[in-house]
Amino acid sequence: MSLSWLILVVLAIAAMGYVMGRARALKSAGGDSRALHSLPVYYGTNVAMWAIVPAFAVLLVWLLAQPIFVNSRVLASLSDITVADGSSMGLVMSDVRRVADGLDVAVQQGAMTVDAARTLTTEDTDIRELLGGVGVALGSSVSPDVLRGAQTYRQLTGIGSVVMTALVLIIALGGAAFAYARSDADFRARNVVEKGILVLLVSAASIAVLTTIGILFALLFNTIEFFRLYPAADFFFGTKWAPSFSGRGGASDLGVLPLLWGTFYISFIALLVAVPVGLFSAIYLSEYASPRVRSIAKPLIEILAGIPTIVYGLFALLTVGPILVSMFGKDTLGWMSGGTAVMTAGLVMGIMLIPFVSSLSDDIINAVPQAMRDGSYGLGATQSETIRQVILPAALPGIVGAILLAASRAIGETMIVVLGAGAAARLSLNPFEAMTTITAKIVSQLTGDADFASPEALVAFALGMTLFVLTLGLNIFALYIVRKYREQYD
Amino acid sequence: MNDMRIVERDVETNDVKIAAKDVQVHYGDTHAIKDVSVDIEDKTVTAFIGPSGCGKSTFLRCINRMNDTIDVCRVTGDIRIDDQDIYDPKVDPVQLRAKVGMVFQKPNPFPKSIYDNVAYGPRIHGLAKNKSDLDDIVERSLRRGAIWEEVKDRLHAPGTGLSGGQQQRLCIARAVATEPEVLLMDEPCSALDPIATAQVEELIDELRENYSVVIVTHSMQQAARVSQKTAFFHLGNLVEYGETGQIFTNPTDPRTESYITGRIG
Ligand SMILES: Nc1ncnc2c1ncn2[C@@H]1O[C@H](COP(=O)(O)OP(=O)(O)OP(=O)(O)O)[C@@H](O)[C@H]1O
Ligand SMILES: [Mg+2]
Repeated sequence: MSLSWLILVVLAIAAMGYVMGRARALKSAGGDSRALHSLPVYYGTNVAMWAIVPAFAVLLVWLLAQPIFVNSRVLASLSDITVADGSSMGLVMSDVRRVADGLDVAVQQGAMTVDAARTLTTEDTDIRELLGGVGVALGSSVSPDVLRGAQTYRQLTGIGSVVMTALVLIIALGGAAFAYARSDADFRARNVVEKGILVLLVSAASIAVLTTIGILFALLFNTIEFFRLYPAADFFFGTKWAPSFSGRGGASDLGVLPLLWGTFYISFIALLVAVPVGLFSAIYLSEYASPRVRSIAKPLIEILAGIPTIVYGLFALLTVGPILVSMFGKDTLGWMSGGTAVMTAGLVMGIMLIPFVSSLSDDIINAVPQAMRDGSYGLGATQSETIRQVILPAALPGIVGAILLAASRAIGETMIVVLGAGAAARLSLNPFEAMTTITAKIVSQLTGDADFASPEALVAFALGMTLFVLTLGLNIFALYIVRKYREQYD
Repeated sequence: MNDMRIVERDVETNDVKIAAKDVQVHYGDTHAIKDVSVDIEDKTVTAFIGPSGCGKSTFLRCINRMNDTIDVCRVTGDIRIDDQDIYDPKVDPVQLRAKVGMVFQKPNPFPKSIYDNVAYGPRIHGLAKNKSDLDDIVERSLRRGAIWEEVKDRLHAPGTGLSGGQQQRLCIARAVATEPEVLLMDEPCSALDPIATAQVEELIDELRENYSVVIVTHSMQQAARVSQKTAFFHLGNLVEYGETGQIFTNPTDPRTESYITGRIG
């Protein structure tokens, strides 16, 4: 039975359990639903829940565990063979899996019988040709060991899936029967369903948390690997960024400072544009604009947030860059040599961030109670005095949060930088020079033929980790600010 | 209302401070104030009474143009303070509100320290010459608001951290700090205990020497205690307006009589 069928059957058991559990509970109350502890739906749901949840849990665990188990068994059975030079046990295993998959396809297409696949040997069949015939191409001819491994693999997987199907069905039926037997008038089905919902919500939350932790660990391990190949001090304090892909090892300078500087510089200019413009437009929209202007202008500003960043990148490259060059370039002031520069990327990124700042600040300013404004106007304050002295202080924690959110966006932004800021890693104060950021360099280190064992590629993880720590720090700082003002004003 | 003490009242008439004529207020389609005309005297406490939702707050807010801040609200008619039409385009509502202070129905301290709450108005209007002057204003206002003793040791704690009744007195202190000529108080004692209420009533009496005070209240006893004039509103109409003693002892309108004896409301 294939997996999708198995799932369907379990669902069918659950559906049947729902109907039967509901009916049984009703019957135990003599058909009067008021005599039940819970509404009839809860009894049905309870049975369905007992059919589905344990069965699917076992299914999930089995699906995760089976490949690991089978792999280790096959590996153990192959332990006596010697691995050729330039190869590894991992490569042998992937050969085994390819051959096993190929045999599956061959059996499915009828190119050989199930028995033949089990008893096949390399002496009397050319496996490579056979599998080539059914559309599975192999890189080299199949060694007897690999074939033996593949056959063990198929055998174990086959047994595994039969056992799994049986087990899952038994658990589903057993769960349903257990809950069905308990469906009588006094059973507190409603409370059990409530618990089930709690479990569902908790598991959703833990998926989010666990994924974050997983990502963090993946970054962490690769970062540690990188620091084994490249000294951490050189990475953190190196002022030169010059990776070399050809001369592997030693020849690269992988100092993060120029990238960090570029990141901060560009983000700084972006925030310099986005914060005043965004904040002022939020104040205008929420405090001064008539409802009509507001209903038109707010969506227009929010459209800015929907534009893909690659479009902003093009805008930087093709429009803003040339304009800046014509203003500050060789012909006039001579500050700028090319269109790609910190200023170009910063300005465009600032435009991109305006809707973040303005839309969040607008919501926050609107959330300040009208009574606060009334109090201020009632004392004879003007509108701008009210905004400066009452509304902004009250909204400050939220606004700071909005700005820090925009800052994390700026630090993490990639496309605009790739297209607008140039590729040169440089430590310079001149905003009209090309510079580059951490994100842009992660992209360039991993595109193309990256060898994931070299420091030049692994540095991407260290850069990613740096970004992660930076944004984490920003968020913690934001929380701190928000909490500080909460304490004061709530 | 048998226990009401109707105090000796000075019946000499004062100048008219606020003259309202044919005032109508609409909230969108709701007609909240219908044809109200009333003359509020200087150096007098005027009480607005009436059942909930009859438009007391609405009318009060017309007097310092606070209704301007509500989009759907339309005010027509003629309201004059010191014979100056306050809805005249020449009149600056900001200036007007500095002159006509207000204590709101719900306490609304700013998210600032107690000190800054009270100092807000004086700072905006430049009433204090220097820091010690401002300190004096703050202390005097808090004393008048009957809250000084409770907050004098924590002037720099947030005003929002006070209890509801303390917040209300803070708002009273904040309103008197700007020395308004007219003080509009919308149920200033609704959250106060009897002691604080007595103190606020004392303050109202004291303010009367120089200012005109309008107070909305649901307490008949309070109206009788503090006011010289009483206006009874019902469903947006001004039903009866006159000497407090006369309204409470000898109302002319049957609706007034049923309300103050507790039969409608
Ligand atoms: N902002 C507003 N928008 C629309 N309608 C309003 C608004 N404020 C008040 N109203 C309406 O105007 C009428 C009068 O309200 P108002 O607040 O003046 O009553 P009130 O006499 O002060 O009552 P209370 O004693 O309960 O404070 C009510 O019918 C109310 O629904
Ligand atoms: Mg009211």
